[in-house]
Amino acid sequence: MTTCYKPAIPFYARRRALVTSCYKVTVALIVALLAIAAAGCGGEDTPNEVVLVTHDSFAISPAVTKEFERVTGLQLRILKTGDAGEVVTKAALTAGNPQGDVLFGVDNTLLSRALGADVFEPYESELLERVDPQYVLDPEHRVTPIDHGEVCLNYDKAWFVERGLDPPSTMEEVTLPRYRDLLVVENAATSTPGLAFLLATIARYGDLWQGYWRKLRANGVLVVDGWEEAYTVRFSGSAGTGSRPIVVSYASSPPAEVIFRDPRPSTAPTGVIEDSCFRQIELAGVLRGARNEKGARKFVDFMLSKSFQEDIPLAMFVFPVNRDAKLPPEFVKYAVIPERPLELAPDEIEANREGWVKEWTEIVIR
Amino acid sequence: MLSVEKVTVVFPDVTALDDVSLEVARGEVVAVLGPSGSGKSTLLRVISGLQRPDAGSLVLDGEDITAAPAHRRGIGLVFQDHALFDHKDVAGNVAFGLRMRGDPPPDIETRVAELLDLVGLSGFERRSVRTLSGGEQQRVALARALAPEPRVLLLDEPLGSLDRRLRDRLMLDLGVLFAELQVTAIYVTHDHAEAFALGQRVAVMRSGRIVQHGTADELWARPADEDTARFLGLNVHDGEAVRPDAIEVRRARPGETGSAVVEGARRNGPTVQLSIRLDDGAVLQAVTASIDHPAAGERVWIEIDPAGIVRW
Amino acid sequence: MDRDRHSLSERVWRVATYAVPLGFLALFFAYPLLSILERGLTVAPFDVLTDPLTRDVVWFTFWQALASTALTFAIGLPAAYVLGRYEFPGRSVVRALVVVPFVLPTVVVALAFIAVLPTDLERGWVAILVGHAFFNVAVVVLIVGTFWAGLDRRVSEAAATLGAGPWRSFREVTLPLLAPALAAAASIVFLFSFTSFGIVLILGGPAYSTIEAEIYNQAVRIFDLRAAAVLSLVQLLCVGLAVWIALKLEAVLGAARGSQPERDVLRRPGTRREWGAVAGSLAALAAFLGIPLAVLVERSVSIGDGFSLAAYRALSDPTTALLATPWEAVWNSVTYAGAATAIAVVVGGLAAFAVAGSRGPRVLDLLLMLPLGASAVMLGFGFVIAFDSAPIDFRAAPWIVPVAQALVAIPFVVRIVAPTLKAIDERQREAAAVLGATPARVRREIDLPIAGRALAVAAGFAFAISLGEFGATVFLARPDAPTLPVAIFRFLSRPGELNAAQAYALAVVLMGLTAISVFVVGQVRVRRSGWL
Repeated sequence: MTTCYKPAIPFYARRRALVTSCYKVTVALIVALLAIAAAGCGGEDTPNEVVLVTHDSFAISPAVTKEFERVTGLQLRILKTGDAGEVVTKAALTAGNPQGDVLFGVDNTLLSRALGADVFEPYESELLERVDPQYVLDPEHRVTPIDHGEVCLNYDKAWFVERGLDPPSTMEEVTLPRYRDLLVVENAATSTPGLAFLLATIARYGDLWQGYWRKLRANGVLVVDGWEEAYTVRFSGSAGTGSRPIVVSYASSPPAEVIFRDPRPSTAPTGVIEDSCFRQIELAGVLRGARNEKGARKFVDFMLSKSFQEDIPLAMFVFPVNRDAKLPPEFVKYAVIPERPLELAPDEIEANREGWVKEWTEIVIR
Repeated sequence: MLSVEKVTVVFPDVTALDDVSLEVARGEVVAVLGPSGSGKSTLLRVISGLQRPDAGSLVLDGEDITAAPAHRRGIGLVFQDHALFDHKDVAGNVAFGLRMRGDPPPDIETRVAELLDLVGLSGFERRSVRTLSGGEQQRVALARALAPEPRVLLLDEPLGSLDRRLRDRLMLDLGVLFAELQVTAIYVTHDHAEAFALGQRVAVMRSGRIVQHGTADELWARPADEDTARFLGLNVHDGEAVRPDAIEVRRARPGETGSAVVEGARRNGPTVQLSIRLDDGAVLQAVTASIDHPAAGERVWIEIDPAGIVRW
Repeated sequence: MDRDRHSLSERVWRVATYAVPLGFLALFFAYPLLSILERGLTVAPFDVLTDPLTRDVVWFTFWQALASTALTFAIGLPAAYVLGRYEFPGRSVVRALVVVPFVLPTVVVALAFIAVLPTDLERGWVAILVGHAFFNVAVVVLIVGTFWAGLDRRVSEAAATLGAGPWRSFREVTLPLLAPALAAAASIVFLFSFTSFGIVLILGGPAYSTIEAEIYNQAVRIFDLRAAAVLSLVQLLCVGLAVWIALKLEAVLGAARGSQPERDVLRRPGTRREWGAVAGSLAALAAFLGIPLAVLVERSVSIGDGFSLAAYRALSDPTTALLATPWEAVWNSVTYAGAATAIAVVVGGLAAFAVAGSRGPRVLDLLLMLPLGASAVMLGFGFVIAFDSAPIDFRAAPWIVPVAQALVAIPFVVRIVAPTLKAIDERQREAAAVLGATPARVRREIDLPIAGRALAVAAGFAFAISLGEFGATVFLARPDAPTLPVAIFRFLSRPGELNAAQAYALAVVLMGLTAISVFVVGQVRVRRSGWL
């Protein structure tokens, strides 16, 4: 069977027009898409928006957000990143041209850094009169206190009961031989509660704090990197199957253990060693150079208002600063709010912190 | 139809083509014959557009295509190791050129079937090319090159990797195909049997040059020089060449000494190749068609037909 | 082949294969990084460099990265061999599962490790090496395995006929052919181990620290940007050096051409011994990877004293921890990862063409690898200060996240696709050209289908990586649309048994998502028939 062998027409002329036009269409499409994308997302806020810059642990109930939006007519946009240290660092880097309008999450250990970088615009909220003056760390009101939490030694009650041992009732007791190898703490260099506990020992023992730590080391203290490992793995209470019944955590951890356990126990399974508690105050402030400064102020006011303050305990597991805010029943029943927690002035912390941490590392780790 | 004009290609360590010129008329099959390294593959690459010449030009149908890219020349190439598309099936390979020029799918399907039938592979459309034998792959490569009706078809030692019987068979098939389709083709090989069988004209290449071209008979009768003569299989000695078929070999009768002794006899299908050592030491290759030929070790008389001697 | 270099579309293509990746890199990597470094390096940093602490940290970072790479290869090569030579039931499943550990947040896995390892081994440099191997074995298995599958069997068969025993044949024939893939995998594993953060801190304990951890410490805790910037530079230099060495090694050791295009036909194991080898390698790998993963699963269901699915049920409740239901976090992760994969495939694909086509020093290759080795925290900060004013005020734009994710995924795409492209037999391209295919068409008909397999593997990997959120993404502010890794971490950082269990439950979801997506993408087969 013979095929008709047609003399070839210059076939390179065919279809080439179509191919190049396909090319042109594709290129045009891509350019158009890029243009749309570039135009659409410029990150600029509309004047009806308030942008909150905060850390990953920030939490707010949807109902409370809606209330804010309803009352002020502003939309709340939340930008979260990392931990408090990162947030403050970023704020310091962008001072004057901030990512958002209001910042929440600077605490007393970071305050001096933030103030030193001139990150905030002063604002005195009217609601401050409902706040106990001990929480107001900045007389110039560049920052406003919103909540406070205490970093304390927690212990696993059941563990001690099983062994017929009394749990330690003071910080000093933890150095006793009968509590050998029972304590786990976080690295003061890498962990906020770890640092807070170190500061607690400095606040309590002053210049003799090194001695306390030497005793702890001799008593078999385990140092781990972060709170997650210490609390969820090493600690024998909570979820962990660890071997250590004493851990550095928060005063709000025991109520959390009640709430987030299925079924709910009748008493808190963990307890707090009150004299070890170090106060942490969390503050918010209007960012200097914010696009929506008015909105930022409204949000600061809102954070001090009853609705937000009452939402704080179950959302973020810290305590409100507004006297009028009522605590949820679980907190009333199971939380321990130390009367005289240990404290250090923010300036002092900022000035000496690096040296303290270095020394601590020498004593405890090396 | 195709004019290769003084094409030169120089590589860093060798001149692959040196001032090569060649003419191919429409419907003609030209064989390019030469040993490996003679530049014949490079010549094909230049013609097909895969290699730019450093000098010279190519004219096809009156049009200068020297600068045209390979995909626009309309020249087909059957590669030495077929270079089939592994990731496509047989139909996918054969259809490729048709798709490139934009034929509608139903036409493509028909044509693919036609071509496969032509090369004797009807029904092989969905086969994976990797499962085909060497001969089958070669035929797919051929069908693929023929599909888009190239103006000129180039074949680069297409039968090189096949066994002897398959080669002979395919050689015949190719000859029939070329005649039927009236292709204009250049067939490159190192085997003079193929060249003579398929080429209406034969060009002999050596070291990047065409040393001789003409019909098969012309070449055989008058090789241009000693090297060509040797390459074609003539006996070369002292500036003279003697064709193997011009040597008559007679058994020495009992009592006669004869002038040479047969060293070996090899049958090559219809003919027998005799290696004969002369008493003066020279060795000649002779060819005879006789069944009753002298065997190894026998003494023979040699007579050379003067018409079979070539002198330069 | 003497291509037609002068056509406009060809020139546009060639320029694009270099310009697009370089432009992407310049805008989203070089510019932010240089911005933050400039901010930090106001004074000459010599005191930081001569600090003995710095030296110790740099030394430790370096040797643990080397050791981790060695261990990862020791564990991963047998599995790569199995995947590279044999066809067996469940092969694609194995491929998908092996990627799972790579994607999980380090915190979660590290904690699972601690729960599993015996008390003496659970921390220290051994644990660090094991942790790194756990995460990075996927890189070795996939990169080397894919490449191995594409090697021409005949070369080693020829060696066998010439008297080379299996080991000899491997050393003299297969190894040189594998060199490109080995070097690629080694450089990536080294980079990840070098810039590792969480594993070292958690599994090493406070006594160990890497450059990256130090950078974080300096930048965030102490707020000494200068020291952080200096350390970042040191890190970048080390990384650049390591990659350059790897590229050189690859060039020297590797047989350049000679591999055949990838063949999908792998044989099933024939003898008992072969089945044994396959089963043994896979079982060992399964044990190594599976045990920590099993621990994760166990922790997600052990509530109180028994087992319960309460954590999984709780995932559908909106929770103030996330301001959304956890399933929304899943959706967010998938969306971001999809976008990042698209970017990575396009930019990385173009770069792969550029890298495969180049003969000389592979500068583009080296540059594209740098984001893997740059300090994530510094890059994150760089984003904040670089893109801070119109017209490029991206700081809070959601799509900056997929872009940052793509930065990490692109080198993988290049590493996986480029070797395959490079190994394509030039004759196939020539045959196509002679049959009338324009250079662009040749790419579509020859390069893409042949490299298609590698591209699919690369896309799956890119997707998994983006799910796992490496590099600077962790440090990017984003509107509160949390992704899975972020959500996991948030649950983990709250007290309460149920919260921890939910974290593990989400980790299990992430595992499943990864396995499924890698499996699905890996199943993409380029059709054989003529019409594609």
